[in-house]
Formats: sequence, structure tokens, C-alpha cells
Amino acid sequence: MFFWEPEVNTLLTQSINLFATGLLVLAFAMIAQRRILTLIHLFTLQGASLVAATLVVAYLTDQHHLYYSAAITFVLKVVLIPILLHRLIDRLNVRWDVETLFNIPTTMLIGIVLVIFAFNLATPIAGLSASIARGTLGIALASVLLSFLMMIVRAKAVPQVIGFLSMENGLFFAATAATSGMPMLVELGIAFDVLVGILILGVFMFQIREQFDSLDIRHLEKLKEE
Amino acid sequence: MEALLLVLAIPLIGGLLLAIWGDREVGQDLNAAVSFLTLAAAVWLTAMVIRDGPLLVWGEWFFVDALNVFLVTLTAFVGFTTSLFSRPYMRVERDHGKMTPGRMRLYHSMYQLFNCMMLMALTTNNLGILWVAMEAATLTTVLLVSVYRTAASLEAAWKYFILCGVGIAQALFGTILLYLAAERAIGGGEDALLWTHLANAKHLLAPDILSLAFVFLLLGYGTKVGLVPVHNWLPDAHAEGPTPISAVLSGLLLNVALYAVLRCKVLADGALQNGLPGKIMIGFGLITVVAAAFFLSRQRDVKRMFAYSSIEHMGLMTFAFGMGGPVANFAGLLHMTVHALIKSAIFFAVGHAAQKAGSQAMEDIRGLIKVSPTVGWGLMLGSLAILGMPPFGVFASEFLILTTAMREYPWATPFLLIALGVAFAAIFSRVQPMVFGETSVRALAHPPALLPVFIHLGLGLMLGLYIPPYLNDWYEQAARMIGGG
Repeated sequence: MFFWEPEVNTLLTQSINLFATGLLVLAFAMIAQRRILTLIHLFTLQGASLVAATLVVAYLTDQHHLYYSAAITFVLKVVLIPILLHRLIDRLNVRWDVETLFNIPTTMLIGIVLVIFAFNLATPIAGLSASIARGTLGIALASVLLSFLMMIVRAKAVPQVIGFLSMENGLFFAATAATSGMPMLVELGIAFDVLVGILILGVFMFQIREQFDSLDIRHLEKLKEE
Repeated sequence: MEALLLVLAIPLIGGLLLAIWGDREVGQDLNAAVSFLTLAAAVWLTAMVIRDGPLLVWGEWFFVDALNVFLVTLTAFVGFTTSLFSRPYMRVERDHGKMTPGRMRLYHSMYQLFNCMMLMALTTNNLGILWVAMEAATLTTVLLVSVYRTAASLEAAWKYFILCGVGIAQALFGTILLYLAAERAIGGGEDALLWTHLANAKHLLAPDILSLAFVFLLLGYGTKVGLVPVHNWLPDAHAEGPTPISAVLSGLLLNVALYAVLRCKVLADGALQNGLPGKIMIGFGLITVVAAAFFLSRQRDVKRMFAYSSIEHMGLMTFAFGMGGPVANFAGLLHMTVHALIKSAIFFAVGHAAQKAGSQAMEDIRGLIKVSPTVGWGLMLGSLAILGMPPFGVFASEFLILTTAMREYPWATPFLLIALGVAFAAIFSRVQPMVFGETSVRALAHPPALLPVFIHLGLGLMLGLYIPPYLNDWYEQAARMIGGG
């Protein structure tokens, strides 16, 4: 026990908020980002801040399973999935693609409304949480909703998938922020599902490309109600 | 205990074996054999439950009680009959060049893994594992929906993946909130998400958290149930995938998702004590029934039409469970059972009919009764059964739902009656010329498997006239457990 430990702990508690804010800012950045390559970098960074936040919570609450959780997240979200995404955009030859996005300011404004909504929704619940990071539940919900928004406004397959994965980041963060991490086996199961999901999506994108010569989701609007 | 292990292990091992041998000629039979063994294990499990009562095994992580025992048997049974139907159906698809050996292997392997994941979702006591199994069930079927690699099927599968992915992510958020409530009430740890523990402590769960958690869980799992307005994936996935997959999606997956909603509703009801979850379900159910009936009347593709009919029936069940109480819950459970049996029978008949006509458009399917009387009668009787004609089981359950609605929620009854009327007019007027009239359809190389159709219809008929005593007991126990009303 060192005499400066309380200060360090306060600092660390605040650093959770810092990483949480990073998560949210990155979610906003992803909405506005046009280049696919940068989008993947942003996603990797978001994964990294998730890992950092989980590590700090693990250290402060002294819960060992959170270290494992952080390790899984690191392997999956910072190493494996970004590598898969890089290989995917190389093989699909869309590495330098720039997507035209309309109405970035409007989308951002909707995003801000979503954040306010999420904070309002989370406030009464955050008070009930015993976790040290409870204030961040609103941020977690906000980044889930922002990723959701990104999936709606994007017209290309790869950004939609990154939106999907970023939503998963928000959910993992919610699990660490509100509770002290889900049971281990459940977390492993979720991680496995995410990994299989991204592999299947990769297969899909090749199928879509083969069929339409493009990864534009707008081709996928033939099935409509008559 | 051994029986439960077999129920889960047989389809898993079968799926792995079929990943190797699924493309051989024998793959079709192997698939049916694995499904038969699963059914045998499920029957054994059921017999054990009838003899010894509910099971709670493996550190309480898996359980079989009145609410899931009949669903396990139903899932294994429909899984088996669908594998029988799939044999001639997929042979024809292969002869038409739609299925390459690689696709056959994928199809058979994923079919078994899909069954395994549904059985796991039904028997697990852990709400986190339930989520994992539901997501895995989605993943196994995504590649099956796009197996023909046509533009339309790719679109359907993409929609299915993204919409259900978003939906199931909401369910995960709901599960996290549930865990948060559990942590406060019974302490965290590995066992905090066990349903039996939560159900024992449901009065202690924080109402604020549970109300939000239930909304997320209902929206999330509701996406898979096919509740309007988050139903968009369902008609596309049913219409574009192979027909055996449409049959198991409609007959089984939707039930499993509704089962997940029910488990969550029990907890939310216990914590909130104000009937709010039931009211939300009534609202969603009613909107779903009415919207689906009107969408249904505008369809031209036969599989799409019956997919909308599934949405309508899932809405009706959601409505029934929303009303709650012994009678409505009983009716909902009965409806789950008969709908699964009859809707899959219809898809079997529709599959053969569409293959004979070479098209899924209803105007191309004419005069089935002349070429193949059994397919024609199967489709006709199935349609009458699903429309709620007595003496089929759907009539009994719909009658109970409607009379309860008249007593408890009289304002909802006209909406239900109009929706059922519109659905009746729409389906009957389209099925009638498909079955009777002049024909243009041709015979096929492989004789259709019609035994499953008539076994299903027979069971649907039986449940309308006579419910076996132990099934009746389970329904009543489960109805009490679901509560509400």
C-alpha cells in the first residue's frame, strides 16, 4: 500500500470516463468518415479504448475475469477482426474507396439527439448500478445507437459491417460499465458468435460482388412489397 | 440427463459428419437418420420428464420444465419430418442444377447445427447462453437462405443477417440490463443469469431496470418472432431460401424466439407487478396481426404469402400471452404447437407444388389436384387448417383467444376478427385456383414425400379434438408459470 494510492485510483476512475468518451467520439467520427481504410483504423482504435477501459475497471475492482475479458476483446477487436477486414478490402479491391455521403451535418445532428436520448434513458438506471463506471452506461447506450444510425445511413456493405461491429463494441462496453462483466462463458459465447458472424459476412461480400459487380447495398433493394 | 445430452450431442455430431459427407448421395439419408436419432432422444427425454418430473442438470445450467419440454419434442419432430421432406425436394433441386455438391454439404451440415442451436436455446437455463444460441441459430441459417446465390436470395440473406443482427444486439443489451438487476438482487457471478434463480428472486429485481430491459428484449427477440414493424426480413428469407428451410424457420425458429420472450416476460412481470409487459405485448401482437393480414392479401408469391401468414399467427400468440391468465396462455401454447405443425405441412406441400410448376408465383400454379391429388389436398387441407376451420387445432386455440379477448379486452376483438377475415379471404381465394382448375404443372423425377404433410395435418386435427393428458398438464403448468392476466 502506497501513500499515493488514493490519488492514483481517482485518476484511474476518471480515466474510465476518458476512454468512454473516446468510444463515443470515435463512434461519431465513424459516421462522418468517407474512406473505408480510415474507417477500419477508427474501428481498431475504438476496440483499443474498449480494452483500456476494461483493463482499468478490472484493476480497480480487482476482478480477474475482467482481465480475461479484456484479453478476448483485444485479440478479437484489435487484432483478428481488423486483420480480417484489411484482407477483405484488399481482396475486394476497395482499399482506397471513398464513399459519397450526403448530409453529414444532418446525420451529426440526429446523432446528438440520439446521445441526449440515450443519456436520459440511462440516468435512472445508472444510479442503481454498483459498478464504479456506472456513469458511463449512457455513453455505452449512445454509442450503440450511433452505430445503429451508421448502419442505416451507409449504402456500402463494408461500412455497414463496421457499423455492426462497432455496435458490438458499445454493447461490450455496456457490459463492463454497468455490471462488472458478464459471466465468462456467456462472454466467450458472444465473442465466438461475433467471430463467426464476421467470417460469414466476409463470404457474403464476395457473393454479393460476384453477383452485382459492386458492393453497393442499393442493389439489394429489389425485394419490395407490391 | 443422458437423454438431454443425446438431444444436444446428436445434431452437433451429425452436423460435423455431414460437413464431410453431406455431398454424397447418402447425405440425404444420413441427414434424415441424424434427425430421427435426435427425435428418438427427445422422445426418451420426454418420457423421463413424464416419469420423473422436471430436470435441472449440469450445475443448473440446463433444464427441462413444462414450458420447454413440449417445444423440445416439437422441434425434434418437425426437424425430422422436414428432413424427410427435404430428401426428394433437394434431389430435384440438385437435378435442376441449383445445388452443387459443395452447397449440398453446407445445407446438410447447417441444417443439423441449426437444429442443435434451437434445442440448446430451448433447454438452457442461462439467459446469456440463450442469447448465444439464438444468435448462432441465425448465423447457421443465413448461408442457407442465400444458398442458391441468386440476386434475390443474396438480398434476402443480407437483410436477414443485418436486421436480425441488430435485433439480437438489442436483446443482448436487454440481457446485460437483466444481469445488472440480478447483480443487485442476488449477487453477480456465473450463476446470476440462471433463469430459475432469477425467477425465484423476481420480486427483488429493480423495476426501473427490468422495464427497460424488457423493452429491449422484446424488440430484440421480437425481430426474430417477426413482430411488425421489425418483421421485414421474414418474408424475404422465407421466399428466397430452400423450402425445407422456410418450413423450419416458420415452424420452429419463430417459436423459439417467442419462447425467449416468454421467459423474459415472467421475470419482468414479477419485478414490475403492474402488467406493463403484458400490455406492451398486446400492443405489438395486435399491430402485427392486423398489418400482416393486409400485407398478406397483396402477395403474389406463394411462399411470401404463407410467410406473412406466419407473422400473423405469431402476432396472435404474442397477443394471447400479452393478455395472460390461464386460458389465454393455454391457448397461446396450443397455438404455438398447432401452428408449427400445420405451417410446416403447408410449406412441404407448397414446396412440391412450386417445384412442379417451376415457379413460386401463384398465378403459375394451377390445378394441382389433377396432376398430384395428394399435394393438392395437402395444400387445401393445410390452408383450411391454418385459417382456423374446425375441427383443426387452430380453431380451438383461436376460439379460446377470441373469447378471452372479448371478456378482457373487448375493444381488440373487432380488429382481430377483421384481420382473421381478411386473411381468410386472401388465402382461400388464392389457394382455391391453385388446387382446382385447369393445370399446367408437370410431374417430377422424384416422388414427393407426402407422409410428413399428412402426419402433421393429422396431429393438428388430433389436437383440435383431443389433447393428451400429459400435454394438457404441461400446458396448464406452463400457463400458470407465465402468469399475467
